[in-house]
Amino acid sequence: MSDVTATTTAKDKRVRFDIKTAGPAIALLLLCIIGFLLNPAFLSEGNLTNLLTRSAFIGIIAVGATFVITAGGIDLSVGSMAAAIAGVMIIIMNSAMETLGPGLATVLLGCGCSILLGLGAGWINGVLTTKGKIEAFIVTLGTMGIYRSLVTYFADGGTLSLDFAIRGVYRPVYYGSVFGLPAPVWVFIVVSICGWLLMNRTAFGRYCTAIGSNESVAKYSAIKVDRIKTMTYVIQGLCVSLATVIYVPRLGSASASTGVMWELEAIAAVIIGGTVLKGGYGRIGGTILGALILTTIGNILNFTDLISNYLNGTMQGLIIIIAVWLQRGDWGKAKANKS
Amino acid sequence: MMFDEARETAPVLKADHISKSFGSVPVLFSVSMDIHPGEVHALIGENGAGKSTLMKILSGFHAPTSGRILFDNHEVALPPDGEAEKLGIVLIHQELNLAEQMTVEENIFLGRELTHRGMLQRDKMRQMVSGYLEDIGVDISPSVRISDLSIAEKQMVEVAKAISRNARVLIMDEPTAVLTEAETELFFRQVERLKSKGVAIVFVSHKLSEVKQIADRVTILRDGQWIGSQVAEALTPDAMAQMMVGRELSDLYPPMHEADVDAVRVLEVRDLCASGVRNVSFDLRKGEILGFSGLIGSGRTAVFEAVCGLKSISSGQVLVDGVETRFDTVATARDAGLAYLTKDRKAKGLLLDKQMQPNLTLFALPKFIRRFGLDAAAEEKALERAIRRFDIRTRDANINVGDMSGGNQQKLLLAKVMESEPRIVIIDEPTRGIDVGTKQQIYHFIAALAAEGVSVVIISSEMPEVIGISHRVVVMREGQVMGVLTGDDINENEIVRYAAGLKRESKG
Repeated sequence: MSDVTATTTAKDKRVRFDIKTAGPAIALLLLCIIGFLLNPAFLSEGNLTNLLTRSAFIGIIAVGATFVITAGGIDLSVGSMAAAIAGVMIIIMNSAMETLGPGLATVLLGCGCSILLGLGAGWINGVLTTKGKIEAFIVTLGTMGIYRSLVTYFADGGTLSLDFAIRGVYRPVYYGSVFGLPAPVWVFIVVSICGWLLMNRTAFGRYCTAIGSNESVAKYSAIKVDRIKTMTYVIQGLCVSLATVIYVPRLGSASASTGVMWELEAIAAVIIGGTVLKGGYGRIGGTILGALILTTIGNILNFTDLISNYLNGTMQGLIIIIAVWLQRGDWGKAKANKS
Repeated sequence: MMFDEARETAPVLKADHISKSFGSVPVLFSVSMDIHPGEVHALIGENGAGKSTLMKILSGFHAPTSGRILFDNHEVALPPDGEAEKLGIVLIHQELNLAEQMTVEENIFLGRELTHRGMLQRDKMRQMVSGYLEDIGVDISPSVRISDLSIAEKQMVEVAKAISRNARVLIMDEPTAVLTEAETELFFRQVERLKSKGVAIVFVSHKLSEVKQIADRVTILRDGQWIGSQVAEALTPDAMAQMMVGRELSDLYPPMHEADVDAVRVLEVRDLCASGVRNVSFDLRKGEILGFSGLIGSGRTAVFEAVCGLKSISSGQVLVDGVETRFDTVATARDAGLAYLTKDRKAKGLLLDKQMQPNLTLFALPKFIRRFGLDAAAEEKALERAIRRFDIRTRDANINVGDMSGGNQQKLLLAKVMESEPRIVIIDEPTRGIDVGTKQQIYHFIAALAAEGVSVVIISSEMPEVIGISHRVVVMREGQVMGVLTGDDINENEIVRYAAGLKRESKG
C-alpha cells in the first residue's frame, strides 16, 4: 500500500475509491487467510459449501434491506416476519396435506403462500411509513413485535412442526445440490444478481438512491416517492419470504426463537458492505460480502479454540464498528487536505 | 473618506500573495487583500472566481498553498475548522450555522455556556444576549426558537453571535442573497453600527448596487486572479461588472422578440385556490415569457406548485392546451410537458452529494430507460450535450454537485429540467445568488427558449430581471393576482404599487 503516496493526485483519488469499495472484499480475503492459518480444514470444500449455505438466509434478506436502507428507510421487522411466515407456512402445509397429500403440490402451495405473505407484510410496512407518515423505525419496531407474538400465538408458546411426510418432499430445497452447489446458494446467487441489476442498472435503483440522498429533490424531480419507498419494503418482504422458503426445510419447524436477531445481522451486512445507513448510497455487492463476512467470523470461531465461540457477537460487533470507521474516509481526506 | 481613515490604521487582517490549489487545480493566483478595522470591504467576482476560497483562507477553513496571512501585522497560520473565531475572525456561511431547535440564547452561547458549579447561568446568559441583540438593533427575544425566525432574523442572530465572540473581522458570504429589500436595509444599518465600533467587515455579494451603497472598498477577483482593490465611491456598478467579467456587459438582457398576441393559449388557470393561493387566474401563450412579481410569500411559488402537482388544489381549473387537467403528481405534469424549476436548488433542486450525471437525468429518467435498464451511453451523451449547451464549467466532471459554484449548479438545474423537453417551463428565481456573467447567459437562454416556442414563466423577486425579460408581468399580493402589466406599464413603479396593494386591477 506504500506506493499509493507516490502516485499522482488523480490516480490517488481512484486508488482511494477502490480501497473504499474493495474494503469488504479485502476483509473477507483476510478472514479466509486467518481461517486457513488457524485450521486448514477451513478451506475444505465441505466447509465452504456449509459457509455459503449458512450465509444464504442473512444474505438474501440483506439484499432486500439494501434497498430499504438506500432509500432512507429501515426495516427492523424482518426476523419476526420470517418467523411468522415460517409458522403460517407450516400450518398451511400441514392442513393442506389432508386434501393434497404429502406431495409437491402441498410444498408449492406453502411456498406460494410464503411469497404472498412476504409481499403483503412488506407492503404493510411500506404503506404505514409512506401513507401513514410514521417513521420507518417506529413502524417496523411495531410490526416486529406483532409478527413475533403471532408466531408464538400460532405455536401456542411452543413449536410448530412440519409433518414428517412433507419434510421428505421439501428437504432437498435446503439439503439438495444442483451442479455441485446447495440449493440455498443458488437462490442467494439469483437474488444477488437480480438485486444488483435492479440497484445499478434500472431507474428504480436510481430513484432509491435519489430518495435516500434527498427526498425533497426526489419529489421535485417527478419521482413518485411514496410508491418507490413502498416498493423497497415489498422487495424486502419478498426477500424475507424467499429466505423463509429455504429455511423451513432445514429444521422443519418454527417457534418464537426463529429468526431472532436476523434484522440486526441483515442491517450489519448492509453496513459492512458500504451502504450508508442514512441512505443515498447503496451497494448490493458489498452487502453480499458483508453477509459472507458475518458468517465467516462465526465459522472461524467454530474452528478454533483461540477465542470462545460465545464471543461471536463481540467479533461481529467489532467488525461492524471497524468497517464503518474505515469507510468514513476522513483519514484519507485529512491527508489530502494537508498537502 | 473612510478609506483615508482606514489607511492610517494598520490592517487587522492581510492576505499577502495567497495562492491556493486543490490537488493539481489552481484556484487562486497570488491574491492580496488587506482589511482594515472599521471598513466594509466587498469581495466581488463571478462564480468560480475564487471568492469563497479566499474567504475560507482568511478565516482558516483552508490553508493557503503559498503566501502569507498577516493578523495584526504578524504572520500567522490560522487554526482550522472555525477555531479562528477565538482570534476574532468569524465567517458567517451562506447556509447559516444555527441549531434550529434551540433558542437564540442557547445558540449564541453554544459551546461556551456560562456555568456556575456545573449549572447553567441562564439568566445571566439571557441578559447578555439581550444586550448583544440591542447592540445591533434587532428586536428578537433571546428565548425564541431559531426555527420560528425568518431567514433575515436568523442572519441577525449569526451577527449577534459573532459580536458575542468579540469578532474583529466579520466575513460574510452573500448575506443579502435571501433578504428582501426592507430586510437588507435593516441589515445595512446593523453593518454601519458594527463598522462604527471598529469591526472590519468583509462581504461577498452579487448585488452590485448594494456593494456601491454599503462598501468602503471593493476587491475584484476574476478566474482566481486579483484584478484590483478600489475605493467603492470611485466605481459604478457597471464598472464593477466590467472588471468582474472582463468584457462589456451592455446587453445583460437579450433583445426581446415581439410576443405574438394571437398565439395559442397553452396554459390557462381559472380561479385557482390552494393553501396560500386565492382565486388566481391567468393565461400563458405559446412562446411567451410571463413574469410573476410580488413580495416574498405573496403566493407566486404556491400557484405553480399547485399547478404542477406538488401541492393540492382546493378549487379552480387548470387548462393545458384548452383541455382541463389536474396533475396529481409531478410526473404527470412532466409527461404533459410542464416543468417547474425550484428556487431552492440546494434543498429541492439537486442531489448535492452526487455527481452531475445522476442529477442531470433524474427528472427525465424514463426517457433513458431502454428495455428494463438505464441506457448509460445515452446518459453520458446527455451530460456532454448539457455541459456544452449550458456552458457548465467544473474543475473535474466527477466532483459532487455540492462542490460546484452556485452559477454552475443553477445551469445544471436548468439542464436537468430541460432534459424533459418541456413546452411550458416555470423558473422560480432563475438567477438567485449567481454572478452577473452567468445571469446574462441564463437570460439569453430563456429568450432563446421562448423564441423556439416554449412558454416560460419567470417568478422573480429581482425587479430589473422581471422587467428585463418578460413580455407580460403578473403581480401578486397575499395569494391574489393584483394586476397584469404589459408593454410600457412594465416598470418598477407600477409593479411596486400593485405589489404593495396600492393599486388593483378591477376584473369582472
